[in-house]
Amino acid sequence: MNTMLKVDGVHTHIGQYHILQGISFEAKEGEVSVLLGRNGAGKTTTLKTILGLTPASKGIVTFKGQDITKKPTHGIANTGIGYVPEDQGIFGALTVEENMKVAMRKEDEVTLAKQDYVLNLFPDLKKFWKKDGGHLSGGQKQMLAMARAFVGNSQLLLIDEPSKGLAPIVIEKVMEAIMDMKKHTTIVLVEQNFMMASRIGDTYTLLDDGKTVQSGLMQELIQDEQVKRKYLGIG
Amino acid sequence: MELLLNLMINGLATGMLIFLLAAGLTLIFGLMDVLNFAHGGLFAWGAYSSVWFYALTDSFVVAILGAIVTGIILGFITEKLIITPVYGNHIQQILITLGFMLVLTELLKVVFGPNQIPAKTPPYLAGSWEIGDVIIIKYRVFIIVVGFLIFGIFQYILKKTKIGLIVRAGVMNKEMVQTLGINIKNVFLYVFIAGAALAALGGALMAPYSGVIYAEMGMEFAILGFIVVVIGGMGSFPGSLLAAILVGLAGSFMAYYVPSLSLAVNMMLMAVVLIFRPQGLFKAKG
Repeated sequence: MNTMLKVDGVHTHIGQYHILQGISFEAKEGEVSVLLGRNGAGKTTTLKTILGLTPASKGIVTFKGQDITKKPTHGIANTGIGYVPEDQGIFGALTVEENMKVAMRKEDEVTLAKQDYVLNLFPDLKKFWKKDGGHLSGGQKQMLAMARAFVGNSQLLLIDEPSKGLAPIVIEKVMEAIMDMKKHTTIVLVEQNFMMASRIGDTYTLLDDGKTVQSGLMQELIQDEQVKRKYLGIG
Repeated sequence: MELLLNLMINGLATGMLIFLLAAGLTLIFGLMDVLNFAHGGLFAWGAYSSVWFYALTDSFVVAILGAIVTGIILGFITEKLIITPVYGNHIQQILITLGFMLVLTELLKVVFGPNQIPAKTPPYLAGSWEIGDVIIIKYRVFIIVVGFLIFGIFQYILKKTKIGLIVRAGVMNKEMVQTLGINIKNVFLYVFIAGAALAALGGALMAPYSGVIYAEMGMEFAILGFIVVVIGGMGSFPGSLLAAILVGLAGSFMAYYVPSLSLAVNMMLMAVVLIFRPQGLFKAKG
């Protein structure tokens, strides 16, 4: 499978703090790559660095072979990277429909077909189409954030902690949706919930203190009780 | 009854002029998080350029268009040279835009001279209508109509067009808008220019209303503009309209009934709003 995204020796400073101190991993086309690690390991900052929101001070990020390290955020997004932030980033005073429209580069057949697809995946969004995003439940906001990122011509989705703060039944729905979306797009997922991460991830990268500890197949990590205990506090 | 009606029309007309100034301010603050104290300077330049164009062409329409173009050019220069280097730093924004306000004011004196300049009302808008005992001044009605028209146009743009949608989304979450592939810096520039054009239009309409223009008029109106933005809710376009009308009406009625309080009434309104509804009358929605 082709490498879609390559993060190579990336360092990121935020103010005086050296947050990422050498992050490297690859995401292959059609796979779900999961970034794992404890709180403060640098998972969210890694996603933000890929998007140029907290630009890398060292190292290279390539997407489909193109160096995107120094591009502005909107330029990176336009290469085909969609983002679902931890707080979902819903425009609360815009309706569900308007939230979707902001993300659409153009309203052509392909984009509208993508919209149909996500609306079938998340029927609640269709139901609350004219409702303000701010009035949705936590789960519905998560669905909207994922749907919005998907319709924006995204070939790679960066999804940050989609299960955070959601009820188990909603987590199950979100998980099923990610599994389905995987058929159409590559996904890099940050997830604290190891049960969820292990079920939907193909590969993993373990981060600790802003560094990559190890990467590999998710199935291997599931068996590795020692690593899970040491770096994830489980097992 | 005729007195009340006249005070109302007077207050509404003043309110609309303040609205044109505050509309740009609130969008610039709401979207760009920029405190632009130079905004009043653009208002004054709009007034001066309209009077200049009117004297040159004898056409009020050309005068208005000339003022808008002046606002657009000055808005572009201000955003690129003054605002861009200080994004994200309110203290620097206040200092540099206040400084630029003084520069714009002094430049007016250099170009047009230090004295007040009379401003004519075009003949077809001069005079008044008499309906029974009520005398309605035509130009004031004209300002009110233009004000509502501009509000309608901008509301349409904000609510019904893609760029409006992006601006409203940007007011709420700039970072997220960028991650959706939108160049927020370009949006900032367009909004700034639109705000500057509105301020210049406000100045152009103000000139015949007050009869004379002077370089410091920008600073005087800018303070009212900021009061309106605070009362209306920072970043809220409808809030600015409502607050501007309130300020205009309060000023008009107070000037007649309690003249000693006419200058303080705006501050009192702002204080009441800040105490009971610090976020302003309208929540910022763009």
